[in-house]
Amino acid sequence: MELKRLDQFTWEIPRHGDMKVPTIIYSSSQLVEGIKRDQTLQQAKNVACLPGIQRAAYAMPDAHQGYGFPIGGVAAFDRDEGIISPGGVGYDINCGVRLLKTDFSEKDILNVRSKLLTEILQEVPAGVGKGGVTRLTEQTLREVCARGSEWAVDRGFGTKQDLLYTEEVGRMPAADPSYLSRRAVERGLPQLGTLGSGNHFLEIQKVDQIFDHDIAHIFGIHEAGQILVMIHCGSRGLGHQVASDYIRLMENAFGTKNLPDRQLIYAPLGSDLGKRYYKSMSSAVNFAFANRQMIAHWVRGVFKKVLGTAEGMDQVYDVCHNVAKFEKHEVEGRLKDVCIHRKGATRSFGPGREEIPEGYRDVGQPVFIPGSMGTASYILVGTPEAESLSFSSTAHGAGRVMSRHEARRRFRGEQIKREMLDKGIELKSVSWKGVAEEAPQVYKNVDEVVRVSHETGIGKLVARTVPLGVMKG
Amino acid sequence: MKYRYLEHTADAKFQAFGQSLEEAFQNAALATAGLMWDVQAIALKQTQASEVRGIDLKQLLLGFLEEILFLLDTRRFLLGTVESVELIEGHAGYSLQTVFRGDIQSGQYEIFGDVKAITYNEMQIQRSAPCLVQVVVDM
Repeated sequence: MELKRLDQFTWEIPRHGDMKVPTIIYSSSQLVEGIKRDQTLQQAKNVACLPGIQRAAYAMPDAHQGYGFPIGGVAAFDRDEGIISPGGVGYDINCGVRLLKTDFSEKDILNVRSKLLTEILQEVPAGVGKGGVTRLTEQTLREVCARGSEWAVDRGFGTKQDLLYTEEVGRMPAADPSYLSRRAVERGLPQLGTLGSGNHFLEIQKVDQIFDHDIAHIFGIHEAGQILVMIHCGSRGLGHQVASDYIRLMENAFGTKNLPDRQLIYAPLGSDLGKRYYKSMSSAVNFAFANRQMIAHWVRGVFKKVLGTAEGMDQVYDVCHNVAKFEKHEVEGRLKDVCIHRKGATRSFGPGREEIPEGYRDVGQPVFIPGSMGTASYILVGTPEAESLSFSSTAHGAGRVMSRHEARRRFRGEQIKREMLDKGIELKSVSWKGVAEEAPQVYKNVDEVVRVSHETGIGKLVARTVPLGVMKG
Repeated sequence: MKYRYLEHTADAKFQAFGQSLEEAFQNAALATAGLMWDVQAIALKQTQASEVRGIDLKQLLLGFLEEILFLLDTRRFLLGTVESVELIEGHAGYSLQTVFRGDIQSGQYEIFGDVKAITYNEMQIQRSAPCLVQVVVDM
């Protein structure tokens, strides 16, 4: 397969064979070597073959091998001729990141850091198979899926202001929980308000460096040393089940022949099954929004208890990393309604987009790119250039470079904990083996990922944060 | 050897073996559970029966392994062994009836991994003895 370098940070797989559009990859000399070794390029090429795809299939700087789409895959489809694919959203629907600012500085929390983490670990259920604090009724769960963060705020978990500072205002209106399977509902029942496990985490961070003071200020980030809280989690088993359910339903309806990859099964956007998937996926998106809303509320409660106040702990923003949704984008010189899939990618709307909160509309939306557990994370801002470069999308994280198996052979959780403490980071977790699997060394260099984003202009650097305390699920 | 794990950067990949397809499926279940907890440490106190269907063997295998995730999320059931597996081939596909044995998690076991989903990526099924199945799971 031909991989043509267009400039320092852009590669292209020119249109050939069944491809309907070219594939564009934003990367660097260093990062591109990694994706040549696995199935990333083949998967990104497969996406370019899907019906109704517009302009190009894109791969973000953190792209790596996924299921169907690569992780870091972005594609937009025509409303009438296009498709929707569960493999273009991923299993963890609306896996995303929420960032809270605080008015505390590093010195305010250093002595109570351990207590904060212990209390958070008590308040926020984490780990595999760990149930939530509230056992919901099926009726309530469906309401959560219909209303997302709105449901949580109505029940006292957070403020109306939080909703304004959440992508989609915390609720995808297309959600129709009546299309959720019995199994999806059953898996969701014990899991609302839980962090989960794997790469999910909650971090107390401090601002390490500010690259753009004016924009940082608008996001509520004022100086180095300021404390922030980052929450990274998704829709848990409910979302995984929605993906599995619809892959199966689409296979049964359309068969598995003629697909370059069975994980890339899709349904036409206009078909009954396509619509049902969209409504169910939206329900899972809402579940994840409510999940992060509740966790954020409990974190504020802990800060209030330990530090006496949670004043100023406003939400900077909440972004989705795995989602499909309808947006207007420029295609062949005119604005067009498309179904955009972002799988392991963050929306990066620039100034002026009405979807972003009024307070940010002059500068663009905040984008959060978490590093691995214990390393730096970044705050970026969406740009006007991203519209034509990537349908307003950028990277979402670091991406693994070492298998879990290998990580467990090489590292011990207790040793990772000590190493992190030497660097000034306190770690709490429910499983040491889990910590070893997520050791900072197993991830790609997130610095290089955000550098590509900044240099290409698909998301510009605003600030860098480093963790002081990590709770790993 | 019942199963072995293979290198996979982002997630996990394994091969499971058996003299029959049922046995290979059974071992694939143990390999899946082994990514999350120590299967041998689980007391065999409870049983869970399940039935899955598939339009083909791959869909059947995927659905079968997904049962383990479903039982974990909904019943906190940790699989220790697979007591029986019965594969039935029909006109419109396959069905599999299984009895799992294991225990209910109430904090006594360490769960160290989270399998999000079973995928078709690189999935292989070799029907004739010695049977083999290969699976990649999303973690």
